[in-house]
Amino acid sequence: MMCAAIDMLGEDVMASYSTNEFKGGLKIMLDGDPCSIIENEFVKPGKGQAFNRVKIRNLKTGRVLEKTFKSGESVEAADVHETEMQYLYTDGEFWHFMDPQSFEQVSADQAAVAESAKWLKEEDVCLVTLWNGAPIIVEPPKFVILNISDTDPGLKGDTSGSGGKPATLETGAVVRVPLFVQIGEAIKVDTRSGEYVSRAKED
Amino acid sequence: MAASDEWQPSAAVETIRARAEMLEGIRRFFRRIGVLEVETPVCSRYAATDPAIESIRTRYRGPGAAQGLDLYLHTSPEFPMKRLLAAGSGPIYQICKVFRDGEYGSRHNPEFSLLEWYRPGLDYHQLMQEVAQLVNGLTAQPLPVERFSYAALFEHYLGLNPHLASQARLRQCAITQGVSGADQLAIEDRDGWLDLLMSHLIEPRLGRGGMTFVYDYPASQAALARVREEATPVAERFELYIQGIEIANGFQELTSAEQQRRRFTDENHRRQQTGQSRVPIDETLLAALAAGMPECSGVALGLDRLLMVLTGTADIRRVVTFDLSRA
Repeated sequence: MMCAAIDMLGEDVMASYSTNEFKGGLKIMLDGDPCSIIENEFVKPGKGQAFNRVKIRNLKTGRVLEKTFKSGESVEAADVHETEMQYLYTDGEFWHFMDPQSFEQVSADQAAVAESAKWLKEEDVCLVTLWNGAPIIVEPPKFVILNISDTDPGLKGDTSGSGGKPATLETGAVVRVPLFVQIGEAIKVDTRSGEYVSRAKED
Repeated sequence: MAASDEWQPSAAVETIRARAEMLEGIRRFFRRIGVLEVETPVCSRYAATDPAIESIRTRYRGPGAAQGLDLYLHTSPEFPMKRLLAAGSGPIYQICKVFRDGEYGSRHNPEFSLLEWYRPGLDYHQLMQEVAQLVNGLTAQPLPVERFSYAALFEHYLGLNPHLASQARLRQCAITQGVSGADQLAIEDRDGWLDLLMSHLIEPRLGRGGMTFVYDYPASQAALARVREEATPVAERFELYIQGIEIANGFQELTSAEQQRRRFTDENHRRQQTGQSRVPIDETLLAALAAGMPECSGVALGLDRLLMVLTGTADIRRVVTFDLSRA
């Protein structure tokens, strides 16, 4: 449980966690960045000082680091949560998302969208990680259906699929597709591996 | 709400069998060398003063204590076993559950099994040999044994003298050796920094492929061990590591009631300074020491951790039958 964020005078005080509350998934602030605990190891000599040795992911940079705390210390909590949001559009600088329940909109910058940008199709629902209400990570759906805007039209009829060919999708992503797949067709892609899965079925 | 499999033991049935076999082997060992098995109270009016160890408190009410009686679950059976030694028991051992507040993780469970034994007439170096014999009677293959003084380890791995290096030097060593976050740690004393260096940088390298005994600790970490007064005084204390895991802690036992009282009082004082509660000092132990305890060595060995080693298990929660989350 997070410590009370409001003290008795009604003033905002920093929420914090004691090392006893450390566990995988807990979101804490470290050197000004929001981080997520991956692993927490309690280290204590039989007759000595106890430590918590923690493996942490910096949510802004994605980097994994180790950090040792003295057991019993308190660490500032990070106001981080994940939520599903619909992708609306990009204006070139920002990518805009909407909460489907509240219709509230947020805009994510290049750093937050990063590699996910090439999979973002309008109206698709993404997993957005918010820190103090602002997006810091955007995860595309695991599978997306995208149209092929360009690929080598030749070699029609060859269905052996040996090697395949590159195809540019409507979002700009380039994936390898089998030779029989043509411009204008919709295909299903696994965004985690960036690999072609199948032709999209007609609705 | 209880998860659906929460009723299940946290240890596998084979591990539970391995524990029974280990206990049988230990009892056979002590019967053979003529050490007597004893029992002492789990709940005591007195507690360990060591600031690094926190007792769990409970309360008895009823006949014998109409007003109620605060009792502490023992963190080791050391004090009453020493009273037995003073009463003329001769060599004794005990296998029991002990309890430590605030300790839970891959190598800690707040309730764990301890084997503790005392050998009047043996010094701590002889006791190290006996510990190695006991362990090698339980392993499938005998393990090679190596011994290093605490100072030799620090010289070898970190290039510093743990008895003389300043607090600033120890801190700097932790930072340059890459203990992440060391620069931000609020550790108040040298021993805290030594513990950090030992647990993060040295321990993981000890007992790889065998048993490593570490002996002659800083006098400030004597606990209940005798201090040998030399140019650099050292505590006649040892630890055993196997596969980077601390398995046992032994002492050339302090027999002076006067020195023991001073340590208890100092420790209680330090507890108070750091916001821990003072605990009742065991006057019965001090009286026993005053009456005369034979010169002896003694050792406490964590049985759950030994079982981890014997069964090749990485997490103590897989060798404790029902760990804290299922207790």
